[in-house]
Amino acid sequence: MPNLALKIEDLTVAYHSKPVLWDVDMSVPEGVLLAIVGPNGAGKSTLIKAALDLIPRAAGDVRFFGQPYRAVRHQIGYVPQRGTVDWDFPTTVLNVVMMGLYDKVSWIRRVGKRERQLAMEALEQVSMTEFADRQISQLSGGQQQRTFLARALVQDAQLYFMDEPFAAVDAVTERAIVAILRQLRSRGKTVLVVHHDLQTVPEYFDWVTLLNVEVIANGAVGEVFNVENLSRAYGGKMTVFDNQTTAFTTELSDVKPNNAP
Amino acid sequence: MSNPTTRPNGATQVFLLIGGIALLVGGIALSPIRFDYTLITVALGGGILGTLSGVLGSFSVLKRESLLGDALSHAALPGVCLGFLVAGRELPALLIGAGLAGWLGMVLIRAISNTTRINEETAMGIILVSFFAFGIALLSYIQQRPDASQAGLDKFIFGQAAAMVRRDVWVIGAVGVGVCVALLAFWKEFELVTFDREFALANGYPVRSIELLLISLTVVAIVLGLQLAGVVLMVGLLIAPGVAARQLTRNLAQMVLLSGVFGGIAGTTGAVLSALGEGLPTGPLIILVASAIVFTVILFAPQRGIVWMTLQQRRHRLQLSMRHILRDVHRYALEHGGERVAIPEPMLRALRGREARLGVRLLEQQGLLESLGAGWRLTAEGLQLIERDERNQKLWRAFRIYSLQVDTSLLNVSRDADLTQTLPLHTLNELEHILENGS
Repeated sequence: MPNLALKIEDLTVAYHSKPVLWDVDMSVPEGVLLAIVGPNGAGKSTLIKAALDLIPRAAGDVRFFGQPYRAVRHQIGYVPQRGTVDWDFPTTVLNVVMMGLYDKVSWIRRVGKRERQLAMEALEQVSMTEFADRQISQLSGGQQQRTFLARALVQDAQLYFMDEPFAAVDAVTERAIVAILRQLRSRGKTVLVVHHDLQTVPEYFDWVTLLNVEVIANGAVGEVFNVENLSRAYGGKMTVFDNQTTAFTTELSDVKPNNAP
Repeated sequence: MSNPTTRPNGATQVFLLIGGIALLVGGIALSPIRFDYTLITVALGGGILGTLSGVLGSFSVLKRESLLGDALSHAALPGVCLGFLVAGRELPALLIGAGLAGWLGMVLIRAISNTTRINEETAMGIILVSFFAFGIALLSYIQQRPDASQAGLDKFIFGQAAAMVRRDVWVIGAVGVGVCVALLAFWKEFELVTFDREFALANGYPVRSIELLLISLTVVAIVLGLQLAGVVLMVGLLIAPGVAARQLTRNLAQMVLLSGVFGGIAGTTGAVLSALGEGLPTGPLIILVASAIVFTVILFAPQRGIVWMTLQQRRHRLQLSMRHILRDVHRYALEHGGERVAIPEPMLRALRGREARLGVRLLEQQGLLESLGAGWRLTAEGLQLIERDERNQKLWRAFRIYSLQVDTSLLNVSRDADLTQTLPLHTLNELEHILENGS
């Protein structure tokens, strides 16, 4: 049995007694890139937030590397949706990236040369070096996303949670994110990504969780990412889904014989 | 790229702030108004309080929590009254009462918004009015008592700087030093929690404690500021300096610093003016000064100010119109037999309307158009410019298609930027190639 990066049991989240996540069980082995997909309102972001103790859970247990969140939180990196912050905040790209290192600098001290160095390296990885001194209010959506990604990279975590990093970004950013995901995997890191584009799931990820309030399927892409599971997850929303399926089922049948890495 | 290590850091700038206040106070002491003991006390107290409010208020501005400051200052009034009823007119008692009431108000706001479906803003509204109403009721009751005349509690509504004594200034100064120390010690945490609360939470920062510390410091500033600015207008001293500072800087430390300076200026001037004139309430004067700063900045700030943006817009429109005039002159000429055939003036007027006159005059000054008979024609330079312009436009068109493979953020470059100047050479060559061989 491989080591589990994440194990969730019976996780239930409710807003005012309306269930948002219902008895979620899932396990994620170490070193995989996992996509969390599902229709709007399926609770994808909620799943991440509940796992990270950002919102209270009604029931359930979450373990990271076999331990509770508090014990391992320094090994966990988080990339929030970029819409959650005020991009008009008076600060620079480099500063935002260095925020990922604040917990490694004791509380009265200031960030120093070493932190700047690490932040610049992370910016280089996301091809944002020349934007280091730029005001964050001047960034495009893709650049904002890459800034957030760099901030997560400097944390050098073992397990990353990314909330919709691919939402409304340009092609360059999308490619940069994919390259970084693969690089993280090759270094043995585990990454959970809330994702919305079904077509790219088999290409970008090797593990998938289909979610619609409950977990519909959770496993290697080659085993569980099939039309049957997808229609169970997306159900009545087939109208939206149909257009995507044609392109995507053909692609899927190409890769069907066990796509697992 | 500038070397990031040479930039002044947050902490250094806060020290600069303290130096700035010292300068400010020194400047006032040397100014032509004759300062007696009371006036110096009032100026010092007002300056330090204004600075404190400005510094802490800039975080409220960035967190978009202006209403919270308003709710807390109003909520403090019943505390002042209860403090008086318990211990008589003793400043520490009044301040402790105010602090406790403000704090209770904050706890209730959080409790209401966390446990019910009422959102935080509405909760603030409810706490604001209910506490304030209770405070006013208590105040009327106190005023009917025989010892009411010397109480002067009604001064807490609009503030009265003249009531300040030297001992108060010492208290305020000590608290000010305490706030600066806390700010320096927790600068990173305050910055992170203000910018991205969720990220801080996910990284295991004690976000609630950090926020509690920040808001408690704000409550302290509010409570101390009450006798100066009054409960009704205290929020102005908290928010206005931050709003003005935000327009002028792009760096958090600078913003906090500048906000402190603005608050200090407003606090000092307002307090001194009110102490000089008989019976002028301090709060309104302070807020008038602060608002004057805000409106001046909103109007005249570079980049973000209304005047700057309007001028920028006008200049851009004029440039566009000049470009269109050149294009029309060129087209007309081509249709009438040669690149430098003149277009009759009435024709140009008909094409480009009223804006033509100014545009043509400027183009003539720049040597791009010359008059010929009753019309206008391109000079050699004008012809060159229009040709370069047209090539640029074609490049842009190709670039927009081609740029699916390029970072689209480059498209944020102003639309009329010269691509031959902005694009790297190899990209430019590729584009030229596409243009020549069709896309």
